[in-house]
Amino acid sequence: MNTQTRKAWRIRQPSVIPGFGLALGVTLFWLVLVILIPLSGLLIRSSALGSANFWALATDPRTLNALRVSFGTAFAAALVNVIFGIVLAWVLVRYSFPGKRIIDAMVDLPFALPTAVAGIALTTLYAPNGWIGQWLTPLGIKVAFTPVGITIALIFIGLPFVVRTVQPIMEEIDREVEEAAATLGATRFQTISRVLLPGLTPAVLTGFALAFARGVGEYGSVIFIAGNLPYVSEIAPLLIVIRLEEFNYPAATAIAAVMLLISFMMLLVINLIQSWSRRRYGYGA
Amino acid sequence: MAHDASQPQQRLARVGKATTEKPAARWALIAISLLFLLLMLFLPLTAVFVEAFRKGLFAFIEALGDPETFSAIRLTLIVAGIAVPLNLVFGIAAAWAIAKFEFKGKAFLTTLIDLPFSVSPVISGLVFVLLFGSHSVLGPFLQSYGIKILFAVPGLVLATVFVTFPFVARELIPLMQEQGTADEEAALSLGASGWQTFWYVTLPNIKWGLLYGVLLCNARAMGEFGAVSVVSGHIRGQTNTMPLQVEILYNEYNFVAAFAVATLLALLALVTLVLKTLLEMRYSAEIAASRRH
Repeated sequence: MNTQTRKAWRIRQPSVIPGFGLALGVTLFWLVLVILIPLSGLLIRSSALGSANFWALATDPRTLNALRVSFGTAFAAALVNVIFGIVLAWVLVRYSFPGKRIIDAMVDLPFALPTAVAGIALTTLYAPNGWIGQWLTPLGIKVAFTPVGITIALIFIGLPFVVRTVQPIMEEIDREVEEAAATLGATRFQTISRVLLPGLTPAVLTGFALAFARGVGEYGSVIFIAGNLPYVSEIAPLLIVIRLEEFNYPAATAIAAVMLLISFMMLLVINLIQSWSRRRYGYGA
Repeated sequence: MAHDASQPQQRLARVGKATTEKPAARWALIAISLLFLLLMLFLPLTAVFVEAFRKGLFAFIEALGDPETFSAIRLTLIVAGIAVPLNLVFGIAAAWAIAKFEFKGKAFLTTLIDLPFSVSPVISGLVFVLLFGSHSVLGPFLQSYGIKILFAVPGLVLATVFVTFPFVARELIPLMQEQGTADEEAALSLGASGWQTFWYVTLPNIKWGLLYGVLLCNARAMGEFGAVSVVSGHIRGQTNTMPLQVEILYNEYNFVAAFAVATLLALLALVTLVLKTLLEMRYSAEIAASRRH
């Protein structure tokens, strides 16, 4: 860009490139029309409920249970994804084996496969008479139509988030650091656990937060396998849909507002992790 | 993949045993990964196809020949056909403004563009129900002019646009930031107009990244379920997209038909993945490094 000093009153720095007004105009128009007006409509609606009313709706036992199920299963799934995501990213970055390219491409399947398709497929596998379910039933393990089933669906949905945030950072690891650790007498396990993994922490946290945030809001893949039993396996997004179908707009709005506020806080946390990691490690997660 | 597969292997040989795991540990980790992927990804995908052909090819074809299914396919194509170009234009405009200029509030604008990713699909649909529903201010007003938003194509398009909003912009912004403005400045100094610069200089530079973003945007637009489900009203043969048709058929225990429609969506996903991988292999430099979605 140019070297002119930024002046306080100037909104943008001068540039010979044309089209700033048009491009920003189109962007802001579309952003305001499609995203900001609808979202603020929701917030206005929920604030119009009044604080007492809002609190009563948000702390309704069925709502609280649905939020607990959503956040609990999303947390568990994100945790599982962190463990397998790190292993998977490591295997993809460091080892070579036949079919690696296909495996790498397949990791993105949950991004590409419509959630409803994932939902019915997982239900077919884990239903009591399903492909996997029939082997688990005699053992007394029930997966489909329980919170465990929800967790399985959310593991499916969240896996690429962890792998794809950790993988590029692993590729950037400087091999000399490992060589230094090895020459100083560290065993391979010590090198990985004391030298390599701490450097991956910001990426892992970001991946965890992304998978968690996606899991909390997930609907399509979950509703088929969940069984949707109120107080037990009913997720918050489904409760919003149920309230809408009852034309109970205040309740739907209140649950949505609570979820939205929590997601925005998570977004803030993700941004903080990233700016912290940039400061500390010199790269974004 | 962006990186060359043979390169780490050569480096491994050089640095020797001290910086790699024992073969047993290596194979154990590979085995764990493959088993996990087999269980979590390959098996569900296989299940879709096996269940669709459970009663033979004829039942599969018959299920797809159903007029309601046909209308669902048509509606999905219409909705994606409107939503994706809209977000394409938006994505280019946003990337142009953000990547080529320095202005105040840029970081905030970028965060706002990413906002839909952190909103539950159900809430993405709900906001339009609140805006255009029969109890809202806007809904009855538009209705009096004969404009129907909810439970009709405009509502489905709006919800889809909301959900797929960031895809193209997100792909283009880091790419165009990396490319800088030198090419455009050269074209302009040689007398090209603004539009000429865009068509003949910028667009060729970003075309593969653009295609990549459109591909991901389209996959999500055609597969979206939660947001579309809330605004659709589930009118059979009229406002059901393919994913909604899958749900209806499945809930009616019409499993073969449900999985038959699901195979089409799964094929869409597989085609998307293949094209995505090909683009990453051939044009890794021309595709933004950021691969988060």
